[in-house]
Amino acid sequence: MVDESTKKTLSSIPLLQTKAGPRDKELWVNRLKEEYQALIKYVQNNKAADNDWFRLESDKTGTKWFGKCWYVHNLLKYEFDLEFDIPVTYPTTAPELALPGLDGKTAKMYRGGKICLTDHFKPLWARNVPRFGIAHAMALGLGPWLAVEIPELIERGVITYQEKSEEAK
Amino acid sequence: MSTVAELQKKVKELEAQLAAVQGNAGPVRQKIDVMSSEVVDSNPYSRLMALKRMGIVNNYEKIREMSVAVVGVGGVGSVTAEMLTRCGIGKLILFDYDKVELANMNRLFFQPHQAGLSKVDAAAATLQNINPDVAIDAYNYNITTVDNFQKFCDTIRTGSLTGGPVDIVLSCVDNFEARMAINTACNELNQKWFESGVSENAVSGHIQFIVPGETACFACAPPLVVASKIDEKTLKREGVCAASLPTTMGIVAGFLVQNTLKYLLEFGTVSHYLGYSALTDFFPTMGLKPNPQCDDRFCRARQTEYKARPVVELATEVTEDLTPVHADNEWGISLVDENIPEEEDTSNLKLVDGVQVAYSVPVDSSTPESSTGGAVAASELSLEELMQQMKSM
Repeated sequence: MVDESTKKTLSSIPLLQTKAGPRDKELWVNRLKEEYQALIKYVQNNKAADNDWFRLESDKTGTKWFGKCWYVHNLLKYEFDLEFDIPVTYPTTAPELALPGLDGKTAKMYRGGKICLTDHFKPLWARNVPRFGIAHAMALGLGPWLAVEIPELIERGVITYQEKSEEAK
Repeated sequence: MSTVAELQKKVKELEAQLAAVQGNAGPVRQKIDVMSSEVVDSNPYSRLMALKRMGIVNNYEKIREMSVAVVGVGGVGSVTAEMLTRCGIGKLILFDYDKVELANMNRLFFQPHQAGLSKVDAAAATLQNINPDVAIDAYNYNITTVDNFQKFCDTIRTGSLTGGPVDIVLSCVDNFEARMAINTACNELNQKWFESGVSENAVSGHIQFIVPGETACFACAPPLVVASKIDEKTLKREGVCAASLPTTMGIVAGFLVQNTLKYLLEFGTVSHYLGYSALTDFFPTMGLKPNPQCDDRFCRARQTEYKARPVVELATEVTEDLTPVHADNEWGISLVDENIPEEEDTSNLKLVDGVQVAYSVPVDSSTPESSTGGAVAASELSLEELMQQMKSM
């Protein structure tokens, strides 16, 4: 099942209430507000725990999301572009998180850099519709994926550290 | 300066070269207006029309009026499309947003020289060459995004040869999101469709016939899986997402098209669910009733419509034979009616042995799993303000 630290992270992210997808005009706006509130809280939690690891934003419709995520390995920070669409069947189906920059570099990915999630993700998501949102997908899907795959990719020499230009925080 | 004659000669040569490069060098079969049952070497339909002579199918040429949408042109979808093309289907509509890759070559249909082409365009070219009588439309987009989903629905609704809804939609996709998108569209459009799938370990598969309101839709229950007799704990998933075999995919495509033909041409019995376990050669079949509490409101609406319709009595020819087959009954054998009326509460699926749900979902979803974060309270901030707050973090 999900490990203890993921469980703890997950439980401190507020749950969502509105069951609405991008085709549900006004209700979708409510859902989007909840998504943003949960994401803001999650990023605040991460900062407080000194474990800030991603930024996300969306277009006006809230259906296209993009941002960055990073992973620290041996004191070096590796950063990746992150993107995904909200499918018409959301929130019944989870968003398919993608790291296009790593497409073709690991077998734990589907086409376009969509990350391959564990067998536990889908059942857990299905049991928590509509309470889980994007923040939960990040905590339950992308976080553990990065923790397993990135060290391995670095070891294999597939990704190398790149010096930050100027906006290194 | 070259003369006109020289230039014309040069054009002819170049055209011949181009045709050779495009693979059209050999004899191209001409279009055929009417399916003939004449048994001659040159008739591509003679063996199909023989199905009529043998009494298997009454109206084979009706296939020329049929339109089929194939969603997903991968390991299962491409073979499905080829089978329908060779059967002389009237129209095929292909959907996929993927490109052909060398990693696909363990499966059937696509060839290495097509690597890099979009799957739908590569497939359309090959299929058109096999049978020019088939009308083929190709759509290269992801159906699960908001904009494309509407285009997808419109195409299903108006894509037939006569401008109406297609006769059947065949789902040959490889992910849950796309299956749910097709399910949503077909429930809304009241469109019959087949779901098909091969497991990620490549050793089991299934097809499922979905008639909105009448049989279980894809959202009526968690995904069904055929028991593979493999202990999940021993299944190694390190370093890979999915495995695939041309055999399993070919078998599932065969099941899918066979049942599609039976449905379209009205012969035999169409299976509601047919599973396949490769390791044990086990083929479970069953009927599936819809879930009255299905999450999809259009599924529930179709169920209400279906219940309101009078039951269709199928006319069957009865040749009465009044003499008892066995006059004596030494062992006291009697027939027992197995048609026990179905209970109304069908929220619990009656699954046949060897088929199970992939996971369970609590019936009462109002009790959330423990969260110390609580639920989000309605924010007084507008969406724009929240977006801004997130951006400035």
